[in-house]
Amino acid sequence: MAASVSFGTNPVPPRGGAGLKPEHYRTILDSAPDVGWFEVHAENYMGEGGPPHAYLTAIRERYPVSLHGVGLSIGGAGPLDKAHLSRLRVLADRYEPGLFSEHLAWSSHDSVYLNDLLPLPYTDATLSRVCDHIDEVHDAMARPMLLENPSTYVAYAETTMSEIEFLRAVVRRTGCGLLLDVNNVFVQAINHGFDPFDYLDAFPAEHVREIHLGGHAEDEDAGGAPLLIDDHGREVAGPVWTLYAEALKKTGPVPTLIEWDNDVPAWEGLFAEAKRADAAIAACRTSQPGPAGASPRP
Amino acid sequence: MGTAMDNEAAFARALLDAEAAVPAGIEGREGGGAERRFAVYRNNVHANLVDVLAGRFPVSAKLVGDAFFRAMARIYVAKTPPDSAVLLRYGGGFADFVAGFPPAAPVPYLADVARLEWAWHGAYHAADAEPLPQEALAALVPRAERLALTLHPSLRLVRSNYPLVTIWERAARDGGDEPVRLPAGGEDALVLRPALEVEVRRLPEGGAVFIQALQDGARLPEAAASASAAALAFDLAASLAGLMRSGAVVGTSGSA
Ligand SMILES: [Fe+2]
Repeated sequence: MAASVSFGTNPVPPRGGAGLKPEHYRTILDSAPDVGWFEVHAENYMGEGGPPHAYLTAIRERYPVSLHGVGLSIGGAGPLDKAHLSRLRVLADRYEPGLFSEHLAWSSHDSVYLNDLLPLPYTDATLSRVCDHIDEVHDAMARPMLLENPSTYVAYAETTMSEIEFLRAVVRRTGCGLLLDVNNVFVQAINHGFDPFDYLDAFPAEHVREIHLGGHAEDEDAGGAPLLIDDHGREVAGPVWTLYAEALKKTGPVPTLIEWDNDVPAWEGLFAEAKRADAAIAACRTSQPGPAGASPRP
Repeated sequence: MGTAMDNEAAFARALLDAEAAVPAGIEGREGGGAERRFAVYRNNVHANLVDVLAGRFPVSAKLVGDAFFRAMARIYVAKTPPDSAVLLRYGGGFADFVAGFPPAAPVPYLADVARLEWAWHGAYHAADAEPLPQEALAALVPRAERLALTLHPSLRLVRSNYPLVTIWERAARDGGDEPVRLPAGGEDALVLRPALEVEVRRLPEGGAVFIQALQDGARLPEAAASASAAALAFDLAASLAGLMRSGAVVGTSGSA
């Protein structure tokens, strides 16, 4: 169980993948579903041993895996937590994930971990800080990271540039890739009142190496305007699938994760969503012959 | 407007304090008010952490009911937010908090149940190690005088003045809200994960003292002497056999 294994290179394919949940470990190993890949939240595998590592090792022997951090606080005002960075490196060295990603958000302040992905203002100062942090992540991890676009509920008066301008500048300065969360685009658009298709049009699609799809809940703000909550607690909504098909036209086939982290269904429910992503990727390939649709990106 | 650190501190403070106003510079749609919107974050932070505790202390939650447990956990979260992004480490102080939480006093054994659940959680995520095979026991007997045992890294002891293991087993089985007649006297629990399953066992008299001494590095005769001093009925052969049988021993030292 503690023996170290080398998995070798095993790129994450441009197919539907599923967030790995402990509830599904056994079913996945027993039924060997034809799903493209799995993504794990890094922090859940920062224990020393036990079932999480035993099952992830067994699943990693059978499937490509992507490592998704939720606790690095890249958008934070303070320095990155060096100990956390080295824990991430240890995990990445152990499981050799095909992709590694983190969020454009902060989640810790002054050693208190707030356990949510919190928004930051988009200014020259925050841009420099985020870029410095990503440079530091690249140095520590010795592999490229993908930065995920956020879903937010509030805005900052001090913001001076759009999220797209911010993301473009980060990519230009750090060389990181992007993780396009299409549900987050939809949630942002509804919550802040813009057209999600315009956002997609402006998004630097050529840097997208992974897509996320997840479910959201519907609420309202105090003014009666719709407020979507990014809760990953249900199926991907209809309009998000529509937006996803549009995104694929721009990015070409990319690995697409179904995130379902709360009220987790039986494996079949999650698998069905991953198959739906597979079908959308296949449809995008046939409708789009040519360089973008013909072969997976490197 | 203060520094970025000050602004972040104000945001963090307002998240943890339900009475706090929305921090300056935070807006809703088109520069509008953000009370309700900010409350989404505040609610996320608390609800997610309460969910973590509810998942980590399920038997405690059964014993007092979900509503009571969540209200209690929410107070703990506000008082003791996590200090690490590794949430696997969160909740180590929860049992002590429960012990000092006056509304929980009618369930006096609740804190011990929480201690047992924290031990269970620790054993689940502890380092792995291969237990010594039972046959190895016979080979140890001739040099038992000089021997110290290396115990499994997942091994934890929880000592209680209440019949803890009985309470835990019944709650895990029946739902725990049935009033049951409890046996008199305390029980000590051994929590261990020799392979993938965490096991909880009731220790015989003196067993916890014996294992604690071994864990602290005592050789067998010293550990046995401490256990006998603590409990007249302590049975070395039975305790040692029980330890070996449960997969608690992963190595020996001091045989020279
Ligand atoms: Fe996401």
